[in-house]
Amino acid sequence: MKAFSLDPQMELLGVGIFVLLLIASTIGLILKRTVKSDRSREVVVNLNARINAWWVMIIIFFLAMATGGIGSVILFGLTSFLALREYTTLTPTSRADHRAIFWAFFIITPLQYVLIGVHNYGLAIIMIPVYAYLFVPIRNVIAGDCKDFLARSAKIQWGLMVCVYFVSYAPALLLLHIPGRDGQNGKLLYFLVCVAQMSDVLQYVFGKCFGRHKIAPNISPNKTIEGFFGGVTVAVLIGTGLYWITPFNPWQAALMALVIALMGFCGGLVMSAIKRDRGVKDYGATIPGHGGIMDRIDSLCFAAPVFFHLTRYFFT
Amino acid sequence: MIAGLLAAGVRHFTGVQARWFGCDPDTTQRVYFANHTSNLDFLVLWSVLPSNARSQTRPVAASDYWRGGSLRFFLADRIFRGVLIERKKVTRSNNPMDQLVPVLQGGESLIIFPEGGRTTETDMRPFKSGLYHLAKAMPTVDLVPVYIDNANRALPKGEFLPIPLLCSANFGTPLRLLPDEPKDIFLMRARAAVEALAKT
Repeated sequence: MKAFSLDPQMELLGVGIFVLLLIASTIGLILKRTVKSDRSREVVVNLNARINAWWVMIIIFFLAMATGGIGSVILFGLTSFLALREYTTLTPTSRADHRAIFWAFFIITPLQYVLIGVHNYGLAIIMIPVYAYLFVPIRNVIAGDCKDFLARSAKIQWGLMVCVYFVSYAPALLLLHIPGRDGQNGKLLYFLVCVAQMSDVLQYVFGKCFGRHKIAPNISPNKTIEGFFGGVTVAVLIGTGLYWITPFNPWQAALMALVIALMGFCGGLVMSAIKRDRGVKDYGATIPGHGGIMDRIDSLCFAAPVFFHLTRYFFT
Repeated sequence: MIAGLLAAGVRHFTGVQARWFGCDPDTTQRVYFANHTSNLDFLVLWSVLPSNARSQTRPVAASDYWRGGSLRFFLADRIFRGVLIERKKVTRSNNPMDQLVPVLQGGESLIIFPEGGRTTETDMRPFKSGLYHLAKAMPTVDLVPVYIDNANRALPKGEFLPIPLLCSANFGTPLRLLPDEPKDIFLMRARAAVEALAKT
Protein backbone atom coordinates (compact mmCIF):
# COMPACT_ATOMS: atom_id res chain seq x y z
CA MET A 1 0.00 0.00 0.00
CA LYS A 2 1.45 3.35 -0.99
CA ALA A 3 0.66 6.58 0.80
CA PHE A 4 -1.31 9.03 -1.26
CA SER A 5 -0.12 11.99 0.71
CA LEU A 6 2.67 12.73 -1.74
CA ASP A 7 0.56 12.42 -4.89
CA PRO A 8 0.63 15.95 -6.36
CA GLN A 9 -2.74 15.47 -8.12
CA MET A 10 -4.34 14.55 -4.80
CA GLU A 11 -2.87 17.67 -3.20
CA LEU A 12 -4.30 19.74 -6.01
CA LEU A 13 -7.75 18.19 -5.41
CA GLY A 14 -7.43 18.99 -1.73
CA VAL A 15 -6.69 22.62 -2.48
CA GLY A 16 -9.61 22.67 -4.93
CA ILE A 17 -12.06 21.40 -2.33
CA PHE A 18 -10.64 23.80 0.24
CA VAL A 19 -11.28 26.76 -2.07
CA LEU A 20 -14.79 25.45 -2.87
CA LEU A 21 -15.66 25.18 0.81
CA LEU A 22 -14.23 28.61 1.46
CA ILE A 23 -16.55 30.01 -1.21
CA ALA A 24 -19.50 28.07 0.26
CA SER A 25 -18.75 29.37 3.76
CA THR A 26 -18.50 32.94 2.44
CA ILE A 27 -21.85 32.63 0.66
CA GLY A 28 -23.32 31.16 3.85
CA LEU A 29 -22.04 34.11 5.85
CA ILE A 30 -23.43 36.65 3.35
CA LEU A 31 -26.82 34.91 3.29
CA LYS A 32 -26.90 34.88 7.09
CA ARG A 33 -26.44 38.66 7.11
CA THR A 34 -28.99 39.39 4.37
CA VAL A 35 -32.02 37.11 4.75
CA LYS A 36 -35.01 38.59 6.50
CA SER A 37 -37.98 36.22 6.75
CA ASP A 38 -38.11 33.50 9.41
CA ARG A 39 -38.60 30.78 6.82
CA SER A 40 -35.49 31.66 4.83
CA ARG A 41 -33.51 32.15 8.02
CA GLU A 42 -34.30 28.57 8.97
CA VAL A 43 -33.03 27.37 5.59
CA VAL A 44 -29.84 29.43 5.94
CA VAL A 45 -29.14 28.16 9.48
CA ASN A 46 -29.46 24.62 8.13
CA LEU A 47 -27.29 25.48 5.13
CA ASN A 48 -24.51 26.81 7.36
CA ALA A 49 -24.72 23.74 9.60
CA ARG A 50 -24.35 21.60 6.47
CA ILE A 51 -21.34 23.58 5.23
CA ASN A 52 -19.63 23.36 8.64
CA ALA A 53 -20.25 19.62 8.72
CA TRP A 54 -18.73 19.39 5.23
CA TRP A 55 -15.50 20.96 6.53
CA VAL A 56 -15.29 18.21 9.16
CA MET A 57 -16.19 15.42 6.72
CA ILE A 58 -13.69 16.60 4.09
CA ILE A 59 -10.88 16.88 6.64
CA ILE A 60 -11.59 13.36 7.94
CA PHE A 61 -11.74 12.04 4.36
CA PHE A 62 -8.41 13.59 3.38
CA LEU A 63 -6.73 12.42 6.60
CA ALA A 64 -7.92 8.90 5.83
CA MET A 65 -6.60 9.16 2.27
CA ALA A 66 -3.25 10.49 3.49
CA THR A 67 -2.65 7.37 5.58
CA GLY A 68 -2.90 5.24 2.45
CA GLY A 69 -5.32 2.35 1.97
CA ILE A 70 -5.71 1.35 5.58
CA GLY A 71 -7.14 4.72 6.67
CA SER A 72 -9.84 4.56 4.01
CA VAL A 73 -10.76 1.00 4.98
CA ILE A 74 -11.12 2.02 8.63
CA LEU A 75 -13.08 5.16 7.75
CA PHE A 76 -15.60 3.29 5.60
CA GLY A 77 -15.74 0.46 8.14
CA LEU A 78 -16.76 2.89 10.88
CA THR A 79 -19.21 4.53 8.49
CA SER A 80 -20.81 1.13 7.81
CA PHE A 81 -21.04 0.36 11.51
CA LEU A 82 -22.75 3.68 12.29
CA ALA A 83 -25.08 3.39 9.28
CA LEU A 84 -26.08 -0.14 10.29
CA ARG A 85 -26.80 1.16 13.77
CA GLU A 86 -29.11 3.86 12.43
CA TYR A 87 -30.81 1.41 10.07
CA THR A 88 -31.36 -1.22 12.78
CA THR A 89 -32.64 1.35 15.26
CA LEU A 90 -35.23 2.45 12.72
CA THR A 91 -36.22 -1.07 11.65
CA PRO A 92 -38.56 -2.96 13.96
CA THR A 93 -36.82 -6.12 15.13
CA SER A 94 -37.89 -8.80 17.54
CA ARG A 95 -36.22 -10.02 20.72
CA ALA A 96 -35.41 -13.29 18.97
CA ASP A 97 -33.23 -11.39 16.46
CA HIS A 98 -30.86 -10.18 19.15
CA ARG A 99 -28.05 -12.68 18.62
CA ALA A 100 -28.17 -12.46 14.82
CA ILE A 101 -27.94 -8.66 15.05
CA PHE A 102 -25.04 -8.96 17.47
CA TRP A 103 -23.20 -11.03 14.85
CA ALA A 104 -24.04 -8.48 12.16
CA PHE A 105 -22.45 -5.64 14.14
CA PHE A 106 -19.47 -7.27 15.77
CA ILE A 107 -18.45 -10.15 13.52
CA ILE A 108 -19.76 -9.72 9.98
CA THR A 109 -19.15 -5.97 9.59
CA PRO A 110 -15.54 -6.02 10.86
CA LEU A 111 -14.83 -9.20 8.88
CA GLN A 112 -15.95 -7.58 5.62
CA TYR A 113 -13.50 -4.70 6.10
CA VAL A 114 -10.69 -7.01 7.22
CA LEU A 115 -11.17 -8.93 3.96
CA ILE A 116 -10.87 -5.69 2.02
CA GLY A 117 -7.92 -4.57 4.15
CA VAL A 118 -6.02 -7.78 3.33
CA HIS A 119 -7.03 -7.53 -0.35
CA ASN A 120 -9.00 -10.76 -0.43
CA TYR A 121 -11.28 -9.78 -3.32
CA GLY A 122 -12.68 -13.30 -3.87
CA LEU A 123 -14.03 -13.66 -0.35
CA ALA A 124 -14.97 -9.99 0.20
CA ILE A 125 -17.29 -10.17 -2.81
CA ILE A 126 -19.26 -13.21 -1.59
CA MET A 127 -18.95 -13.18 2.19
CA ILE A 128 -22.12 -11.15 2.86
CA PRO A 129 -24.32 -12.09 -0.14
CA VAL A 130 -23.65 -15.81 0.37
CA TYR A 131 -22.37 -16.66 3.83
CA ALA A 132 -23.94 -13.91 5.95
CA TYR A 133 -27.14 -14.41 3.94
CA LEU A 134 -27.16 -18.08 4.94
CA PHE A 135 -26.06 -17.40 8.49
CA VAL A 136 -28.77 -14.88 9.48
CA PRO A 137 -31.82 -17.16 9.00
CA ILE A 138 -29.91 -20.08 10.54
CA ARG A 139 -29.14 -18.05 13.67
CA ASN A 140 -32.74 -16.85 13.78
CA VAL A 141 -34.14 -20.36 13.46
CA ILE A 142 -31.94 -21.49 16.34
CA ALA A 143 -33.51 -18.70 18.40
CA GLY A 144 -36.74 -20.59 17.86
CA ASP A 145 -39.32 -17.89 17.11
CA CYS A 146 -41.33 -18.39 13.88
CA LYS A 147 -43.33 -15.18 14.05
CA ASP A 148 -42.68 -13.03 10.94
CA PHE A 149 -39.66 -15.20 10.29
CA LEU A 150 -39.08 -14.24 6.66
CA ALA A 151 -39.54 -10.51 7.24
CA ARG A 152 -37.28 -10.54 10.30
CA SER A 153 -34.43 -12.32 8.55
CA ALA A 154 -34.82 -10.18 5.44
CA LYS A 155 -34.52 -6.95 7.43
CA ILE A 156 -31.17 -8.01 8.85
CA GLN A 157 -29.95 -9.28 5.47
CA TRP A 158 -30.97 -6.01 3.85
CA GLY A 159 -29.19 -3.96 6.50
CA LEU A 160 -25.98 -5.92 5.94
CA MET A 161 -26.21 -5.56 2.16
CA VAL A 162 -26.95 -1.83 2.08
CA CYS A 163 -24.99 -0.53 5.06
CA VAL A 164 -22.00 -2.86 4.93
CA TYR A 165 -21.62 -4.69 1.63
CA PHE A 166 -22.46 -1.84 -0.74
CA VAL A 167 -20.52 0.75 1.25
CA SER A 168 -17.47 -1.53 1.33
CA TYR A 169 -17.27 -1.29 -2.46
CA ALA A 170 -15.91 2.25 -2.04
CA PRO A 171 -12.63 1.27 -0.28
CA ALA A 172 -12.61 -1.91 -2.42
CA LEU A 173 -11.67 0.37 -5.34
CA LEU A 174 -8.16 0.33 -3.80
CA LEU A 175 -7.98 -3.40 -4.65
CA LEU A 176 -8.25 -2.89 -8.39
CA HIS A 177 -5.19 -3.38 -10.58
CA ILE A 178 -5.39 -0.91 -13.42
CA PRO A 179 -2.44 -1.27 -15.82
CA GLY A 180 0.08 1.56 -15.36
CA ARG A 181 -1.74 3.09 -12.39
CA ASP A 182 -0.46 1.17 -9.38
CA GLY A 183 -0.99 2.97 -6.10
CA GLN A 184 -3.22 5.60 -7.69
CA ASN A 185 -6.63 4.08 -6.93
CA GLY A 186 -7.19 6.56 -4.10
CA LYS A 187 -8.08 9.02 -6.83
CA LEU A 188 -10.78 6.65 -8.14
CA LEU A 189 -12.28 6.64 -4.65
CA TYR A 190 -12.07 10.41 -4.66
CA PHE A 191 -13.82 10.53 -8.07
CA LEU A 192 -16.68 8.34 -6.79
CA VAL A 193 -17.19 10.19 -3.51
CA CYS A 194 -16.82 13.61 -5.13
CA VAL A 195 -19.32 12.99 -7.96
CA ALA A 196 -21.88 11.25 -5.71
CA GLN A 197 -21.73 13.95 -3.03
CA MET A 198 -21.58 16.89 -5.47
CA SER A 199 -24.62 15.47 -7.21
CA ASP A 200 -26.46 15.40 -3.87
CA VAL A 201 -25.34 18.90 -2.91
CA LEU A 202 -26.13 20.36 -6.33
CA GLN A 203 -29.56 18.74 -6.44
CA TYR A 204 -30.21 20.42 -3.10
CA VAL A 205 -28.86 23.79 -4.32
CA PHE A 206 -30.74 23.72 -7.66
CA GLY A 207 -33.86 22.52 -5.85
CA LYS A 208 -33.70 25.37 -3.34
CA CYS A 209 -33.02 27.98 -6.04
CA PHE A 210 -35.24 26.85 -8.93
CA GLY A 211 -37.33 23.93 -7.63
CA ARG A 212 -41.00 24.08 -8.60
CA HIS A 213 -42.16 20.57 -9.49
CA LYS A 214 -41.80 17.71 -7.03
CA ILE A 215 -40.29 14.61 -8.57
CA ALA A 216 -41.43 12.05 -5.97
CA PRO A 217 -43.81 13.81 -3.56
CA ASN A 218 -44.78 10.65 -1.68
CA ILE A 219 -41.23 9.52 -1.07
CA SER A 220 -38.94 12.51 -0.83
CA PRO A 221 -40.89 15.79 -0.70
CA ASN A 222 -37.77 17.96 -1.02
CA LYS A 223 -36.59 16.49 -4.33
CA THR A 224 -37.65 18.44 -7.42
CA ILE A 225 -37.40 17.90 -11.18
CA GLU A 226 -35.39 21.13 -11.53
CA GLY A 227 -33.03 20.01 -8.76
CA PHE A 228 -32.61 16.58 -10.36
CA PHE A 229 -31.70 17.82 -13.84
CA GLY A 230 -29.57 20.71 -12.61
CA GLY A 231 -27.71 18.61 -10.06
CA VAL A 232 -27.10 15.61 -12.31
CA THR A 233 -25.97 17.78 -15.24
CA VAL A 234 -23.44 19.76 -13.22
CA ALA A 235 -22.23 16.61 -11.41
CA VAL A 236 -21.57 15.03 -14.82
CA LEU A 237 -19.66 18.15 -15.89
CA ILE A 238 -17.58 18.00 -12.70
CA GLY A 239 -16.91 14.29 -13.27
CA THR A 240 -15.86 15.00 -16.85
CA GLY A 241 -13.58 17.77 -15.62
CA LEU A 242 -11.91 15.28 -13.27
CA TYR A 243 -11.04 12.78 -16.04
CA TRP A 244 -7.32 13.55 -15.64
CA ILE A 245 -7.19 11.87 -12.21
CA THR A 246 -8.84 8.68 -13.53
CA PRO A 247 -7.98 6.00 -16.09
CA PHE A 248 -10.94 7.28 -18.18
CA ASN A 249 -10.94 9.60 -21.15
CA PRO A 250 -13.33 12.58 -20.98
CA TRP A 251 -16.42 10.88 -22.45
CA GLN A 252 -15.84 7.77 -20.36
CA ALA A 253 -15.53 9.96 -17.26
CA ALA A 254 -18.80 11.67 -18.23
CA LEU A 255 -20.63 8.33 -18.56
CA MET A 256 -19.20 7.08 -15.26
CA ALA A 257 -20.26 10.30 -13.54
CA LEU A 258 -23.76 9.94 -15.06
CA VAL A 259 -24.06 6.38 -13.72
CA ILE A 260 -22.85 7.50 -10.27
CA ALA A 261 -25.29 10.43 -10.18
CA LEU A 262 -28.28 8.35 -11.34
CA MET A 263 -27.56 5.43 -8.99
CA GLY A 264 -27.01 7.96 -6.21
CA PHE A 265 -30.39 9.54 -6.91
CA CYS A 266 -32.07 6.11 -6.80
CA GLY A 267 -30.26 5.27 -3.55
CA GLY A 268 -31.54 8.47 -1.99
CA LEU A 269 -35.11 7.61 -3.02
CA VAL A 270 -34.96 4.01 -1.77
CA MET A 271 -33.51 4.94 1.61
CA SER A 272 -36.08 7.76 1.86
CA ALA A 273 -38.90 5.30 1.25
CA ILE A 274 -37.78 3.33 4.31
CA LYS A 275 -37.73 6.52 6.39
CA ARG A 276 -41.22 7.60 5.25
CA ASP A 277 -42.60 4.16 6.00
CA ARG A 278 -41.28 4.46 9.56
CA GLY A 279 -42.57 8.04 9.81
CA VAL A 280 -39.26 9.84 10.35
CA LYS A 281 -37.42 12.55 8.44
CA ASP A 282 -33.81 11.55 9.16
CA TYR A 283 -31.93 8.40 10.12
CA GLY A 284 -30.30 10.13 13.06
CA ALA A 285 -28.73 13.33 14.29
CA THR A 286 -25.03 12.48 14.06
CA ILE A 287 -24.10 15.11 11.45
CA PRO A 288 -25.46 18.59 12.23
CA GLY A 289 -27.70 19.89 9.42
CA HIS A 290 -27.56 16.65 7.44
CA GLY A 291 -29.26 14.18 9.79
CA GLY A 292 -27.73 10.77 10.27
CA ILE A 293 -24.77 9.07 8.62
CA MET A 294 -27.20 7.08 6.46
CA ASP A 295 -28.77 10.30 5.15
CA ARG A 296 -25.33 11.35 3.90
CA ILE A 297 -24.21 8.07 2.34
CA ASP A 298 -27.47 6.76 0.84
CA SER A 299 -26.37 7.81 -2.65
CA LEU A 300 -22.92 6.29 -2.19
CA CYS A 301 -24.42 2.93 -1.14
CA PHE A 302 -26.08 2.46 -4.50
CA ALA A 303 -23.42 4.11 -6.68
CA ALA A 304 -20.32 2.38 -5.27
CA PRO A 305 -20.97 -1.23 -6.37
CA VAL A 306 -21.98 -0.23 -9.91
CA PHE A 307 -19.01 2.10 -10.31
CA PHE A 308 -16.67 -0.60 -8.96
CA HIS A 309 -17.85 -3.30 -11.34
CA LEU A 310 -17.93 -1.02 -14.40
CA THR A 311 -14.36 0.04 -13.68
CA ARG A 312 -13.24 -3.51 -12.97
CA TYR A 313 -14.86 -4.90 -16.13
CA PHE A 314 -13.69 -2.27 -18.60
CA PHE A 315 -10.39 -1.00 -17.19
CA THR A 316 -8.56 -3.86 -15.48
CA MET B 1 -12.57 8.97 36.96
CA ILE B 2 -13.73 5.43 36.24
CA ALA B 3 -17.30 6.67 36.49
CA GLY B 4 -16.66 9.49 34.00
CA LEU B 5 -15.04 7.14 31.49
CA LEU B 6 -17.80 4.59 31.92
CA ALA B 7 -20.47 7.26 31.39
CA ALA B 8 -18.73 8.45 28.21
CA GLY B 9 -18.48 4.83 27.05
CA VAL B 10 -22.18 4.24 27.62
CA ARG B 11 -23.10 7.46 25.82
CA HIS B 12 -21.10 6.44 22.76
CA PHE B 13 -22.23 2.84 22.71
CA THR B 14 -25.92 3.67 23.02
CA GLY B 15 -25.66 6.96 21.09
CA VAL B 16 -28.13 8.20 23.68
CA GLN B 17 -30.01 11.41 23.05
CA ALA B 18 -31.24 13.18 26.17
CA ARG B 19 -34.26 15.41 25.71
CA TRP B 20 -34.99 17.68 28.64
CA PHE B 21 -38.63 18.69 28.15
CA GLY B 22 -39.79 19.65 31.62
CA CYS B 23 -36.61 20.55 33.48
CA ASP B 24 -32.95 21.43 32.89
CA PRO B 25 -29.87 19.24 33.23
CA ASP B 26 -28.51 20.69 36.47
CA THR B 27 -27.72 19.73 40.06
CA THR B 28 -31.20 20.38 41.52
CA GLN B 29 -32.02 17.67 44.03
CA ARG B 30 -34.42 15.20 42.41
CA VAL B 31 -35.87 11.75 42.42
CA TYR B 32 -35.69 10.51 38.82
CA PHE B 33 -38.21 7.70 38.21
CA ALA B 34 -38.30 5.75 34.96
CA ASN B 35 -39.68 2.77 33.07
CA HIS B 36 -37.60 -0.38 33.44
CA THR B 37 -37.06 -2.89 30.63
CA SER B 38 -33.31 -3.47 30.53
CA ASN B 39 -30.15 -3.49 32.61
CA LEU B 40 -29.05 -0.61 30.41
CA ASP B 41 -31.82 1.68 31.73
CA PHE B 42 -29.93 2.87 34.73
CA LEU B 43 -26.68 3.30 32.76
CA VAL B 44 -28.43 5.30 30.05
CA LEU B 45 -30.16 7.64 32.49
CA TRP B 46 -27.06 8.03 34.66
CA SER B 47 -24.71 8.66 31.72
CA VAL B 48 -26.67 11.63 30.36
CA LEU B 49 -26.70 13.53 33.65
CA PRO B 50 -24.12 16.35 33.80
CA SER B 51 -21.02 15.00 35.60
CA ASN B 52 -21.47 17.20 38.67
CA ALA B 53 -25.08 16.03 39.01
CA ARG B 54 -24.05 12.41 38.34
CA SER B 55 -21.64 12.38 41.26
CA GLN B 56 -24.48 13.20 43.64
CA THR B 57 -27.16 10.96 42.13
CA ARG B 58 -27.51 7.41 43.45
CA PRO B 59 -29.49 4.55 41.92
CA VAL B 60 -31.86 2.52 44.03
CA ALA B 61 -31.24 -1.13 43.20
CA ALA B 62 -32.36 -4.58 44.26
CA SER B 63 -30.10 -6.02 46.90
CA ASP B 64 -30.80 -9.63 45.86
CA TYR B 65 -29.59 -8.98 42.29
CA TRP B 66 -26.65 -6.68 42.88
CA ARG B 67 -25.16 -8.68 45.75
CA GLY B 68 -25.25 -11.71 43.43
CA GLY B 69 -21.59 -11.52 42.32
CA SER B 70 -18.39 -9.75 43.31
CA LEU B 71 -18.09 -7.69 40.07
CA ARG B 72 -21.75 -6.72 40.24
CA PHE B 73 -21.36 -5.71 43.86
CA PHE B 74 -18.19 -3.73 43.12
CA LEU B 75 -19.96 -1.81 40.33
CA ALA B 76 -23.11 -1.18 42.35
CA ASP B 77 -21.30 -0.25 45.52
CA ARG B 78 -18.15 1.60 44.43
CA ILE B 79 -18.82 3.00 40.97
CA PHE B 80 -22.54 3.80 41.01
CA ARG B 81 -22.80 4.14 44.82
CA GLY B 82 -26.11 2.33 44.62
CA VAL B 83 -28.52 2.19 47.52
CA LEU B 84 -29.17 -1.54 47.70
CA ILE B 85 -32.61 -2.27 49.09
CA GLU B 86 -34.55 -5.41 49.93
CA ARG B 87 -37.42 -5.95 47.50
CA LYS B 88 -38.60 -9.47 48.33
CA LYS B 89 -39.10 -9.80 52.10
CA VAL B 90 -39.63 -6.29 53.34
CA THR B 91 -40.10 -6.22 57.10
CA ARG B 92 -40.17 -3.49 59.69
CA SER B 93 -36.43 -3.94 60.30
CA ASN B 94 -35.31 -3.67 56.65
CA ASN B 95 -37.77 -1.05 55.42
CA PRO B 96 -36.13 0.56 52.32
CA MET B 97 -37.40 3.99 53.39
CA ASP B 98 -34.95 3.91 56.31
CA GLN B 99 -32.14 3.84 53.73
CA LEU B 100 -33.59 6.18 51.10
CA VAL B 101 -34.87 9.07 53.19
CA PRO B 102 -31.46 9.78 54.80
CA VAL B 103 -29.88 9.94 51.31
CA LEU B 104 -32.35 12.64 50.30
CA GLN B 105 -31.91 14.40 53.63
CA GLY B 106 -28.17 14.44 52.88
CA GLY B 107 -28.94 16.45 49.73
CA GLU B 108 -28.29 13.73 47.14
CA SER B 109 -30.59 12.70 44.29
CA LEU B 110 -31.99 9.23 43.56
CA ILE B 111 -32.85 7.17 40.48
CA ILE B 112 -35.64 4.64 40.99
CA PHE B 113 -37.58 2.23 38.83
CA PRO B 114 -41.00 2.04 40.49
CA GLU B 115 -42.18 -0.97 38.49
CA GLY B 116 -40.08 -3.06 40.85
CA GLY B 117 -38.25 -5.01 38.14
CA ARG B 118 -37.66 -5.26 34.41
CA THR B 119 -40.76 -5.94 32.32
CA THR B 120 -40.81 -7.74 29.00
CA GLU B 121 -44.26 -6.50 28.07
CA THR B 122 -44.83 -3.35 26.04
CA ASP B 123 -46.93 -1.74 28.80
CA MET B 124 -45.45 -0.61 32.06
CA ARG B 125 -46.42 -2.50 35.20
CA PRO B 126 -48.31 -0.69 37.96
CA PHE B 127 -45.98 1.32 40.20
CA LYS B 128 -44.98 0.03 43.63
CA SER B 129 -45.65 2.33 46.53
CA GLY B 130 -42.04 3.36 47.29
CA LEU B 131 -42.29 6.51 45.19
CA TYR B 132 -45.33 7.59 47.18
CA HIS B 133 -43.62 7.04 50.51
CA LEU B 134 -40.58 9.02 49.33
CA ALA B 135 -42.80 11.86 48.15
CA LYS B 136 -44.59 11.86 51.46
CA ALA B 137 -41.40 11.85 53.53
CA MET B 138 -39.68 14.51 51.41
CA PRO B 139 -42.45 16.68 49.97
CA THR B 140 -40.11 19.43 48.71
CA VAL B 141 -38.01 17.23 46.44
CA ASP B 142 -38.86 17.30 42.72
CA LEU B 143 -39.95 13.97 41.26
CA VAL B 144 -38.87 13.83 37.62
CA PRO B 145 -40.51 11.32 35.25
CA VAL B 146 -38.13 9.81 32.66
CA TYR B 147 -38.95 7.61 29.69
CA ILE B 148 -36.09 5.49 28.36
CA ASP B 149 -36.58 4.33 24.79
CA ASN B 150 -34.95 1.40 22.97
CA ALA B 151 -32.81 0.12 25.89
CA ASN B 152 -34.92 -3.04 25.84
CA ARG B 153 -33.86 -3.63 22.23
CA ALA B 154 -30.19 -2.85 22.89
CA LEU B 155 -30.08 -5.30 25.81
CA PRO B 156 -33.27 -7.32 26.35
CA LYS B 157 -33.86 -9.07 29.64
CA GLY B 158 -32.12 -12.43 29.54
CA GLU B 159 -29.34 -11.37 27.12
CA PHE B 160 -25.88 -10.46 28.31
CA LEU B 161 -24.28 -8.93 25.20
CA PRO B 162 -25.73 -5.58 24.11
CA ILE B 163 -26.13 -4.39 20.52
CA PRO B 164 -25.33 -0.73 19.80
CA LEU B 165 -28.81 0.59 18.97
CA LEU B 166 -29.56 4.27 19.49
CA CYS B 167 -31.34 4.94 22.79
CA SER B 168 -33.02 8.05 24.11
CA ALA B 169 -34.01 9.43 27.50
CA ASN B 170 -36.90 11.91 27.77
CA PHE B 171 -37.08 13.99 30.93
CA GLY B 172 -40.51 15.39 31.86
CA THR B 173 -41.94 18.07 34.12
CA PRO B 174 -41.28 17.48 37.85
CA LEU B 175 -44.18 16.22 39.96
CA ARG B 176 -44.91 16.60 43.64
CA LEU B 177 -47.39 14.89 45.92
CA LEU B 178 -50.50 17.06 46.22
CA PRO B 179 -51.89 17.73 49.70
CA ASP B 180 -54.18 14.85 50.70
CA GLU B 181 -53.60 13.03 47.43
CA PRO B 182 -54.39 9.32 47.91
CA LYS B 183 -51.62 6.82 47.24
CA ASP B 184 -53.28 5.05 44.29
CA ILE B 185 -54.16 8.28 42.52
CA PHE B 186 -50.63 9.64 42.94
CA LEU B 187 -49.01 6.44 41.67
CA MET B 188 -51.29 6.38 38.62
CA ARG B 189 -50.52 10.01 37.91
CA ALA B 190 -46.78 9.33 38.16
CA ARG B 191 -47.03 6.30 35.85
CA ALA B 192 -49.08 8.31 33.34
CA ALA B 193 -46.39 11.02 33.36
CA VAL B 194 -43.77 8.49 32.26
CA GLU B 195 -46.11 6.99 29.66
CA ALA B 196 -46.86 10.42 28.20
CA LEU B 197 -43.13 10.92 27.53
CA ALA B 198 -43.07 7.79 25.37
CA LYS B 199 -45.16 9.53 22.74
CA THR B 200 -42.99 12.62 22.34
